[in-house]
Amino acid sequence: MSTTLLLIQTLNGLQFGVMLFLMAAGLTLVFGIMNLVNLAHGSLYMMGAYFAAAATSWTGNPLLGIALAIPAALILGLLVELITLRTLYQRDHLDQVLCTFGLILFFNELARVLWGSAAIPMAIPESFTGFVTIIPGLIYPKWRLAIIVVGLLVALLLYVLITHTRLGMLIRAGASNRAMVGALGVNISLLFTLVFGLGAALAGLAGAMVAPLLSVEPGMGDPILILTFVVIVIGGIGSIRGAFIASLLVGLIDTVGRAFLPALLREAFQTQSANTVGAALASMLIYILMAAVLFFRPRGLFPPKGR
Amino acid sequence: MKKLASALAGGVAMAALGIASAAAQDSVKIGYMATFSGPPGVLGEHNRDGFLLGIEHLGGKLGDLEVEVLEADDQLKPDVGKQIIDRYLQSDRVDFVVGIIFSNVMMAVYEDVVKSETFLISTNAGPSPIAGESCSEFFFSTSWQNDQLHGSAALQAVNDGVGSVFLVAPNYQAGRDAVTGFKREFEGNGTIAGEILTQINQPDYSAEIAQIAASGAEAVFIFLPGGMGVNFIKQYASSGIDLPLYSGSTVDGTTLPAIGEEMMGGYSSPNFWAPDMDTPVNQRFMADFEKTYGYIPSVYAAQGYDAAALIDSAIRAVEGDLSDKDGIRDALRRAEFDSIRGDFQFGNNHFPVQDWYAGEVISDDQGRATIALGALVAEDYQDAYHQDCPMQW
Amino acid sequence: MRVDLRLLLILLVVACLALLPVAALLAEEPYWMRFWSRIMILGLAAAGLNLILGFGGLVSFGHAMYVAIGAYTVGALRHHGVEGGLPDILVALGASAGVGLLIGAICLRTSGIFFIMITLAFAQMTYFFFVSLEQYGGDDGMRIASGTQLGPLHLDDTLTLYYSAFLLLCGVIFLTWRLVNARFGMVIRGARSNEQRMAALGIPVFRYRLTAYVISAMICALAGVLLANLTLYISPAYTHWTRSGELLIMVILGGLGTLFGPVIGAIVLLQLEDLLAHITQHWQLFLGPILILVVLFARGGLLGLLAPRQVSQRPAEEIDG
Repeated sequence: MSTTLLLIQTLNGLQFGVMLFLMAAGLTLVFGIMNLVNLAHGSLYMMGAYFAAAATSWTGNPLLGIALAIPAALILGLLVELITLRTLYQRDHLDQVLCTFGLILFFNELARVLWGSAAIPMAIPESFTGFVTIIPGLIYPKWRLAIIVVGLLVALLLYVLITHTRLGMLIRAGASNRAMVGALGVNISLLFTLVFGLGAALAGLAGAMVAPLLSVEPGMGDPILILTFVVIVIGGIGSIRGAFIASLLVGLIDTVGRAFLPALLREAFQTQSANTVGAALASMLIYILMAAVLFFRPRGLFPPKGR
Repeated sequence: MKKLASALAGGVAMAALGIASAAAQDSVKIGYMATFSGPPGVLGEHNRDGFLLGIEHLGGKLGDLEVEVLEADDQLKPDVGKQIIDRYLQSDRVDFVVGIIFSNVMMAVYEDVVKSETFLISTNAGPSPIAGESCSEFFFSTSWQNDQLHGSAALQAVNDGVGSVFLVAPNYQAGRDAVTGFKREFEGNGTIAGEILTQINQPDYSAEIAQIAASGAEAVFIFLPGGMGVNFIKQYASSGIDLPLYSGSTVDGTTLPAIGEEMMGGYSSPNFWAPDMDTPVNQRFMADFEKTYGYIPSVYAAQGYDAAALIDSAIRAVEGDLSDKDGIRDALRRAEFDSIRGDFQFGNNHFPVQDWYAGEVISDDQGRATIALGALVAEDYQDAYHQDCPMQW
Repeated sequence: MRVDLRLLLILLVVACLALLPVAALLAEEPYWMRFWSRIMILGLAAAGLNLILGFGGLVSFGHAMYVAIGAYTVGALRHHGVEGGLPDILVALGASAGVGLLIGAICLRTSGIFFIMITLAFAQMTYFFFVSLEQYGGDDGMRIASGTQLGPLHLDDTLTLYYSAFLLLCGVIFLTWRLVNARFGMVIRGARSNEQRMAALGIPVFRYRLTAYVISAMICALAGVLLANLTLYISPAYTHWTRSGELLIMVILGGLGTLFGPVIGAIVLLQLEDLLAHITQHWQLFLGPILILVVLFARGGLLGLLAPRQVSQRPAEEIDG
C-alpha cells in the first residue's frame, strides 16, 4: 500500500465527492427553501446525461453536447416545477415523496421509450482524453481532473452567489425563515422557480459531466439520488456549506473504504470470507456514517441558523 | 384482448367467474417470462425478440401446432416471478414455461415448475444448483451454465500466456461464482494478482482501477454484467492502464452500442455464438432479425431463437401429443434441431455441451461495433457441476 | 339520509375477500387465491406501517426491512433444520421487536425528513447485510424447503394461507382500531399534531412512539412470515428501498390514517400494476402519472374521495372507516 495509491484514491474520492456536490447543492437548496422533498432530482441528473449523449451524437462534439445539456435540463426542471411540483409546496413531505416517486417511474420509462433499454454511447471530449502526470508515478485521467475543477468552480460561484448577491441573501433568508421572506414582499413564487431551475441545471451538469464515464441508461439516477440524500442530511438541510463538506466526506469515505477495507480485514482475519464481509461493510459505510451523524446531531452537521 | 381478459379474470375474480379458457388440443400454450423493466430489461427484450423470430421462422407454429405465447415481466423480483408462474401453471395451464433471465428469479420458481411436470426451457439463467444436485428431468437450457463462461475466459487467458490476473466481480452469488470459476481453470497456469468484490450496481470504479494499476497484474478479468460493465469499461479506457481485458457476460451485443468505441480491437466476452457465425440457420437469423427488430442481435437473442427450434423438434417427435411427457423429454434430450450455433448437444444435466470461442470487437460495414468469432478456446466444454447431477440417460 | 359510500365499499371488499376461495374452487382457479393472498399480505404490511405513518405521522422509508426479517426468519430456521411453526412466528416477532426497539430508539431521536432518511439508511444496511449472507444464498436468495406448520395447519397450503392472511388482516385492523381509540392512540395522534403540548402534559411521547414503532415492526414481520410461505423463497430484494416506497404508496393511496386504507391501497396498486403490465410493457409510464394525479387531486386517498364532505376535511382525525 504505497503513498501514490493513497494519493490516487484520495483524488478519486475527491472527484466522486465533487460530483455528489453538484447534485447535493441543488437538492439542499430546493429542500431548505421550499421545504420540498424532490426524489425526482435523480431523474433530472439522468436526463442531463441523456441530453448530453443525444446532443453529442447530433452535433458530433461532446463539449457542445454537454453545454447544450445544461439549458435542456434547466428547461425540463422548470416544466416539472410548473406542472406538478408547484402545487406541492404547501403539502406535507409524504405527498411530495409519493408524487416525486411517480415522477421517477415516469422519467425512467420515458428514457426507455425514447432511447431504448440498452445503454447509449457518450465519448470523452477529444481534448480531455488520456491522462496527465501529476507527480512522477502518479497519473490521473484528464476528464476526472476536469470534473474536479468544474465542481470546485461551481462551489466557488455558489459561494459568491449566496454570500455576495441579493439573490443569495434571499436564498439564505428563505432557508432560515420562509414566512418572513414572503411577508417582506419578496416574490416567493419567482424565487422558488429560480432556485428550482438552478438545482435542475446543476443536476443536469452533473449528469452531463459523468456521462462519458458512466453507463447512460434508464434508472441511472436512482443510486445517485440515495447518495445525494445521504449527503444533504449529513450536511444539514438548506446549507450549501454543509452539502459541500458532506459531499467530500461521503466521496472520500466511500472510495477509500472500498479500496482499503477488504484488504484491511484480510490482514486482520486471514480468512476467505473477509473479502465478502469487507465488501459488504464497505457498502454500508456511508449509511453507518449517516446514522451516527444523526444520532449525535439530529439535524445534521451544519443546520441553517434560525430554525 | 385475450391477455386482457385473463388479467381481469385473475384480478376481478368474482366478476369474471364466467370466463373459462378451454385448451384446444391442436394448439400449444407457452408461458414466456423475462425481465423487461429497469436497466436489465434489455436482456429480456433481446431474448424475447429472438424467441418470437424463432417461432416465426417455423411458420408461426411449433411442431405443426398453433402457438399461443403468453408474455410477462418478472421485474427482477423473485416474488413477482413466482406469482406469474403460479398463474401460468394454475390458471393458464401452459404446456411449456420459457425464458427467465436472472438466477434469483429462476431459483424462486424452479421447483414449482418442475414439480408440476411442466417443461421449463431456460433461455438464459443457469444457476449452479440446477446444473448440479437439483437438476431435473423437466428442465432444459438453451444458453449456458455460468461456469462455462468464466472457465472459457480463464482458458483464453491461459492460451494467451498471461502470467497474472486481477479479478473484479460484484459481491453477489454469480459474482463470487465467477471468481471461483475463473480461478479453477487459471490456477496452476498463473497467479491471481488480486481480487475485488464490488458493490452491486456500483457507478464508480476509480478505486478498483487504481488498485489494478498498483497490483502489477498482466491482465484483468471482469464479470460485470449490464450497466456495471459499461461503467467499468468507460472508466478503464480513460484511466491510462493498457492491460488486456478478459471478461464474462460483460462485452456483448447488449453493451456494445455503449462501449464499442472503447473496446474496438479488444476481446469480447467469450461465447458460443457471434453474429458472423457461419451456419445456414444463423445467416437466415441475422438477415431477418435486424429487418424485423431494427438492431443487431446479441447472444441473448440467439439463445431465445434456439429455444423455439428445440421445442418444435420435441413436439414434432411426439406428433403433437403434448401429454406424452416421456416422449417429449426423450426428444428434447436428442436435441435434433438445426441450432443457430451449429452443433448442439445436452450434457446429463440438460445444459448444453458446446464449443466456446474468443471474440473480437470489430466494426461492421456500417461502422457499428459488432463481434467477430475468434479462436476456439474450449471444445465440447461442459460445466463443472454436471458431476453432482444424479441424472443419467 | 346519506349513505356512507366508504362503509359500503369496505363491507363489499370484506365480503368478497371472505368468499373468494369459494368462487376460486368452483371455477377451479386456485391462482386467484394466490394472487389475492399476496395482496392481503402486502396489505397487512401496509396496515402495520399505517399505525405509525397514518396515525403517528412518522414517515418510515424502511419498513420493508421488517417484512424481510420475518421472511428470513422462516428461511433461516428451516435452513438450520428447525421444523414446526411456533418457532417461526415467535422468532420473527422477537427478532423484529428487538431490531425495531434498537433502530426505533435511534431513529425516533430525529423527526421529519431526517426520520425518513435515517429509516432508509437502516433499510439499506439490512439490504447489504442480507446480500452478504452467503449461507442464505446472498443476492440470489434461497428456497425454503417447507412452510410454517401450526398443528394441523400448513401455511404453505393455498387455502390455509389465504384464510390465515385474511384473518390476520382482520385481526390487525381490529387491533389498530382498539389501539387508536385507546389512551395510547390518543397520545400517538396528539403527538402528531402537537408534540410540545403532549410533552407539556407530562406524557413521555418518545416511549409511546417507540412502542408504536415496535408494534408496527412486528406486524410487518408477521406479513413477512406469510410472504415466505407464499413464495417459499427469501431474497434480499424484499428489503430493497423501492419496496419500502411501495408500502408508503399503498398507505397513501388508500387513505392515510384510515383503518381500511392500507388494504384498499394494496388492492388498487397491485391490480393497477397487473392490469397495466398486461396492456403495455411500458406500464410505469402510466403508473407514475396516475400516482401523481392521486396525490394532486385525491387528498386523503381513495377512501377520502368517497367520504362524506364534512369528514373529508379532516381525514387524519377520522378513524372509524
